[in-house]
Amino acid sequence: MTIGSFMTGRILRWLGLAFLLGCGAAQALTADQARAMAAGDTDDRIAAINQSLAQADARTAAFLQALGEDAVKLSGDQVFIVRDGTSVDAVTGAQASLPADAEDAMVNNRLRGEIGTALASINLFAKDNKVRAAAIATLLAETDESKLPLVQKALAAETNADLRDQLAMVQAAILLGSPDAAKRLEAARMMADGNNRNTKTVLLERLRVETDPQVMAALQASLATVEERLAWGNRLGAMFSGVSLGSILLLVALGLAITYGLMGVINMAHGELMMVGAYATYVVQGLFQKFLPAAFDWYLVAAVPIAFLAAALVGAALERCVIRFLYGRPLETLLATWGISLMLMQLARTLFGAQNVAVENPIWMSGGVQVLGNLSLPFNRLVIIGFAFAVLLAVAWLIARTRLGLFVRGVTQNRPIASCMGVNTARVDSYAFALGSGIAGLAGCALSQIGNVGPDLGQSYIVDAFLVVVLGGVGQLAGTVYAALGLGLLNKFLEGWTGAVLAKIAVLVFIIIFIQKRPQGIFAMKGRSAEA
Amino acid sequence: MKTETGVAAPAESVPRPALELPGRSALLSRAGWSAFVIAVLLVCVLAPLLNLVVPEGSALHLSDYAVALLGKIMCYAILALAMDLIWGYTGILSLGHGLFFALGGYVMGMYLMRQIGREGNYKSDLPDFMVFLDWKELPWHWALSDSFVATLVLVLLVPGLIAFVFGYFAFRSRIKGVYFSIITQAMTFAAMLLFFRNETGFGGNNGFTDFKRILGIAIATPGMRMFLFVLTGCTLLGFFLLARALVRAKFGRVLQAIRDGESRVMFCGYSPVGYKLAIWTISAMMCGVAGALYVPQVGIINPSEMSPANSIEIAIWAAVGGRASLIGPIVGAFVVNGAKSWLTVAYPEFWLYFLGALFIAVTLFLPNGIVGLARRWKRGGQ
Repeated sequence: MTIGSFMTGRILRWLGLAFLLGCGAAQALTADQARAMAAGDTDDRIAAINQSLAQADARTAAFLQALGEDAVKLSGDQVFIVRDGTSVDAVTGAQASLPADAEDAMVNNRLRGEIGTALASINLFAKDNKVRAAAIATLLAETDESKLPLVQKALAAETNADLRDQLAMVQAAILLGSPDAAKRLEAARMMADGNNRNTKTVLLERLRVETDPQVMAALQASLATVEERLAWGNRLGAMFSGVSLGSILLLVALGLAITYGLMGVINMAHGELMMVGAYATYVVQGLFQKFLPAAFDWYLVAAVPIAFLAAALVGAALERCVIRFLYGRPLETLLATWGISLMLMQLARTLFGAQNVAVENPIWMSGGVQVLGNLSLPFNRLVIIGFAFAVLLAVAWLIARTRLGLFVRGVTQNRPIASCMGVNTARVDSYAFALGSGIAGLAGCALSQIGNVGPDLGQSYIVDAFLVVVLGGVGQLAGTVYAALGLGLLNKFLEGWTGAVLAKIAVLVFIIIFIQKRPQGIFAMKGRSAEA
Repeated sequence: MKTETGVAAPAESVPRPALELPGRSALLSRAGWSAFVIAVLLVCVLAPLLNLVVPEGSALHLSDYAVALLGKIMCYAILALAMDLIWGYTGILSLGHGLFFALGGYVMGMYLMRQIGREGNYKSDLPDFMVFLDWKELPWHWALSDSFVATLVLVLLVPGLIAFVFGYFAFRSRIKGVYFSIITQAMTFAAMLLFFRNETGFGGNNGFTDFKRILGIAIATPGMRMFLFVLTGCTLLGFFLLARALVRAKFGRVLQAIRDGESRVMFCGYSPVGYKLAIWTISAMMCGVAGALYVPQVGIINPSEMSPANSIEIAIWAAVGGRASLIGPIVGAFVVNGAKSWLTVAYPEFWLYFLGALFIAVTLFLPNGIVGLARRWKRGGQ
């Protein structure tokens, strides 16, 4: 992720540059300026950089960019930008051969920071909204009084309302340092609208050195408002990750709700069927990379049905060869399927190696949408939430509306009568088990998008998944949904409060106590079948 | 749930003694006693002789490795016996017995850690890991760890108490069958996560290791090792007699009745809660003892002993040997663990295939395990 954001930052900066270059020169960069920025005492260089910003043109931006990337070389009075072996005169922009005695322009960390904010303030005038937004974010993190005129100029020119607000925030942050108490007061009040973690830092920093009581009160009031808003961001963030975890639990538990909830088969190999789905996704990804690199972004479209089929086939084979003979003996089924899970895990190790393998997200699933200053929702999580509910709807429809669903429900409720009515119960068992396994495969496909794929993939979810089904109540899809989302939310909220491990333990203890109170789960089946 | 142990079996051509339950006569038959005495002699006389007296080069010499391995497997056999009492005789499959085993082990481990004294890496009164965490004094739950007597009591008390409380609530609300199995699994999983944390005060990931002495005697000497071996063997045989006495008494018969038809037992006027709770607690305490014997012999205890996979493995030892027969689980523990120590060395990549296949084969083809197979073979031969 960090690498990704770094890359996008770079791309944005380049976009800004391209735009500036396209505009042509407003006022040329002089050789003296370039020289002053590239060499000498750090303080003087910073002054030179800030000075050049007043009438910055494309060449200045390009030069600063190059300086920040250590691509500037000096030789006598001449300053060169050297990229990919070709050298360009920084002042004229013409190709120039690099003299042999050219030296690197040294850039220390302080200077690098200055160059970053300088480039950002140039980018404040870029055409692309995204570039401007990125520039504003940089300036908000590094407030610098010398940028005030530029910010004010940009504020006057800004047309996008959203960005105007943010620019105003930057201006306020800079004005907080102003010697005029009235300006500080106004700025402190304005800062209350900030929705950024940086706003809080800026306010706290100012609060430490502020002496004027009126401004101090305003600062504290603003701080309280900002903190409140940040707290909301955190709360929403916890809720989102709760829903996200819940949707994964839902996917994992849906398959179990069919095999265990409806058929009464304890399938300890369920986690390994997920692993089959995840490895199927991995294989499909590999095939796309090799044979269809152009369509790589859409490999998931092929991977989803293949993951389903692979897991369903394995499941059907298991049902035919092993589980069929153990109906009505749940404890034996548990042990036999545990054995199957051990063998499948070892098989994965033999075929794919014991190391985890990585499945790449398609481009459209990477990145995220920024909702609040401190809350961004990753696309892959959003897609999985949507996917989980789509699968849920499909399963609900399959069970409630199709002939197969009718048969499954019939066989579950009363096997002999269903058989008497001419239902081939053995075949229905196979289909139902394959369906449950296929859904496990889908869960594995989804999991491959948020983590690594390895032989142990299923193990970490299987205890949770069983608890979801048990908590929700056997034989109920609705119960599974509520239990999955409830557990996900509970887990994430406790996590914010007590830390991950204790939250997990608390949830397990909660479930153990809950089952004591309601052994039949949230939604108990009524009637005789409950006591079966 | 009906098992094939004769109670619910259809009428067979060969008449069998009533319900195949041990009668009120002797604890063991004449042949049984002879076998028992031979076993005692093997453990208490022959093994020490072969290990300590017979010189190392001799073909009859019992190597230290073999002693350590057999000692370890005998601890597992106690576990399998405990599992058999609760699963084979009462029909309750626990997937949390590894927890009780580990708890017994941890209690003993705490005592052994204190016995290290100032000889740890940091030359401190506190165990090394506490120095590492910058703790200044022993946490409250280590208060009794200096006393050997208290340790012996706690080895029984801690697993027993936890099992009692857990079982009381579970059995009172009539949690049965698979539900019970799954929440016991959740219980041991939660405990494992808890013990992985450094703050819990049990050494976190690494657990306890590097023990030096027990009761002031160095732990790594051949004599001490042999003593622990003999002690484990005698405990196993003692527990076997205890289990035998339990299942042939009225108590044991009620347990088997609960297994075969809990509702009927209730209609007959018994309350199953007390019976289940009693055998569940006894079984947990046996596991605790096994853990306490295991730790000084193996020299390490860490939270991975509590992983759900370990607890399920206990069930397979009992199933392979034969449930609802007391000798079966002991045989099963020896066979499976013997195969494990051989296969994991000879063909490490095949061990999990073998174990998995064993799970499937036993449940599909050998519901009564090796003992059942032997019985069938004996009957067929007559």
